[in-house]
Amino acid sequence: MVLRGKVWKFGDSISTDLICPGRYFHLRSNLPELAKHVLEDADPEFASKMNTGDFVVAGQNFGLGSSREHAPTIIKLAGVSAVLAKSFARIFYRNAINVGLPLLECDTDKISEGDELEIDLATGSIRNKTQNVQLESTPLPKAMLNILNDGGLLAHIQKHGDFKLD
Amino acid sequence: MAKTLAEKILSAKSGQDAKAGDIVIAQVDVAAFQDGTGPLGVRQLQKMNLEQVKARYSIFFIDHAAPSPRKELSNDHILLRTFAEKTGAILSEVGEGVIHQRLVEAYAKPGDVLIGGDSHSCTSGALGAFATGMGSTDVAIGMALGKTWFKIPETYRINVKNSFKPGVFSKDLILYIIGTLGADGATYKALEFDGEAIDRMSMESRFVLSNMAVEAGAKTGLIASDEVTREYLKKRGREKDWTALSPDDGASYERVVDIDAADLVPQIAFPHTVDNTRTVDQAQDIKIDQAFIGTCTNGRIEDLQIAAKILKGKKVAKKTRLIVCPASRDVYLDAMENGLLEVFVRAGGIIMGPGCGPCVGVHEGVLGDKEVCLSTANRNFKGRMGNPEGYVYLASPATVAYSALKGTISDPREVLGKE
Repeated sequence: MVLRGKVWKFGDSISTDLICPGRYFHLRSNLPELAKHVLEDADPEFASKMNTGDFVVAGQNFGLGSSREHAPTIIKLAGVSAVLAKSFARIFYRNAINVGLPLLECDTDKISEGDELEIDLATGSIRNKTQNVQLESTPLPKAMLNILNDGGLLAHIQKHGDFKLD
Repeated sequence: MAKTLAEKILSAKSGQDAKAGDIVIAQVDVAAFQDGTGPLGVRQLQKMNLEQVKARYSIFFIDHAAPSPRKELSNDHILLRTFAEKTGAILSEVGEGVIHQRLVEAYAKPGDVLIGGDSHSCTSGALGAFATGMGSTDVAIGMALGKTWFKIPETYRINVKNSFKPGVFSKDLILYIIGTLGADGATYKALEFDGEAIDRMSMESRFVLSNMAVEAGAKTGLIASDEVTREYLKKRGREKDWTALSPDDGASYERVVDIDAADLVPQIAFPHTVDNTRTVDQAQDIKIDQAFIGTCTNGRIEDLQIAAKILKGKKVAKKTRLIVCPASRDVYLDAMENGLLEVFVRAGGIIMGPGCGPCVGVHEGVLGDKEVCLSTANRNFKGRMGNPEGYVYLASPATVAYSALKGTISDPREVLGKE
């Protein structure tokens, strides 16, 4: 699958509190409403200015902090097609794959705000059309690729009736 | 092959002779949710038509918004109660306490695999359980099937020799470790704490170390199960749950970190990341509006005892509010029976019910714009206490209690160091 969209750039250490603030705790059972606040404490205007299909691009340790699966869920629900970062926090990484949000680990210094990207999810290769550079991402471990390809963990278990990782 | 604690537990629970890097499917002994992550987990199981629980203990803790401050959250609580009743899962009601405190008090044991829908589920690692935080779908499926998958982590061994000087505590040690490793310094790894300082440490102090392993990015923070573990479980009426468990001699560690506990001084994590640590002397004169003693990190009886010792017969500074929140009902009762609650109230503090209190920014102490809180919690991210314009600093209960008296961040060795 090829994804195309525009880049919204964020810095290092984007915590799940910045992605999905605790003060909206009461909206966790109303995900469409919660998604209106996605990344609000990192960029208060993000939800209103982004377009469906756009990319979130960040630095080190994206998604650190709480285990709230609501964080990757509302990024996906808001219409972001993938998150690119230099590195991801562990629980966020697993959650994102479980909810079917593609993550790409790559050198994001070569991507700027507003750049147009074209991403081939099958190969993990990223074409920065604006800067005319090609980037490669670290491939997903096979177990996680199986889950992502099935459409997330729920769909994976429904399909196989169990974990089928190899 | 000589094994680390992580390799040992996950080999036993997967029936495979597994080593770091292997992918295994392991039995889940304890699967736990709190009220912020449980509702999503329950809905996932409902979608799959898989409303069943198979872990030895499947538990829902109502602690983050307890008692509920809003109707939306009250309705989430109803969803959890209804699901628990239907499936036979355990429901830990409003007032019983914080998930991680209750898990170590009553459920987790050495050698267990524990998964929790809360990142600080690594706390039970101090009992020698492979305990880790996961998202709602992972925990829900682990709960329903009684198993989950893991990549067995490489281990960082943290050797701590000697013992602390007066006024220095395990919270200072773990803040120092996180400041040294960095907030992503141990991503995907297991931490294993060992050495004389750990051997001598109470279980309560050990829980602080394991609780904050995730703040260095780690999957879990393990401590061998020894006589201290046995004594703790015995005191909880669970001596039969005890087994000795230690890593094998010659186990392979990706990294070894050596620390001399006697070199440590009180630490402060500055906003807005936990690894932004400095020594207390670099934080003097920072005014605090709110002092908070509680949480799954430092809301245990040992923490309240040291705070009460500092606060007894004194008054908190005029412009500082003190909030104390025991981590569980048992801690609350213990503090009440021993007169600690009276000390806090007479000092000008307020006691909240057992639970997460203001830590997560839901209620009970949301910060105003530009306000500063000095907290015994484990996180100081921007917006953590309900307001992105607030500032959260982290420290030990002794530092927080003494600073509450002074109204500025202050060094507790000024009163404790004289002993």
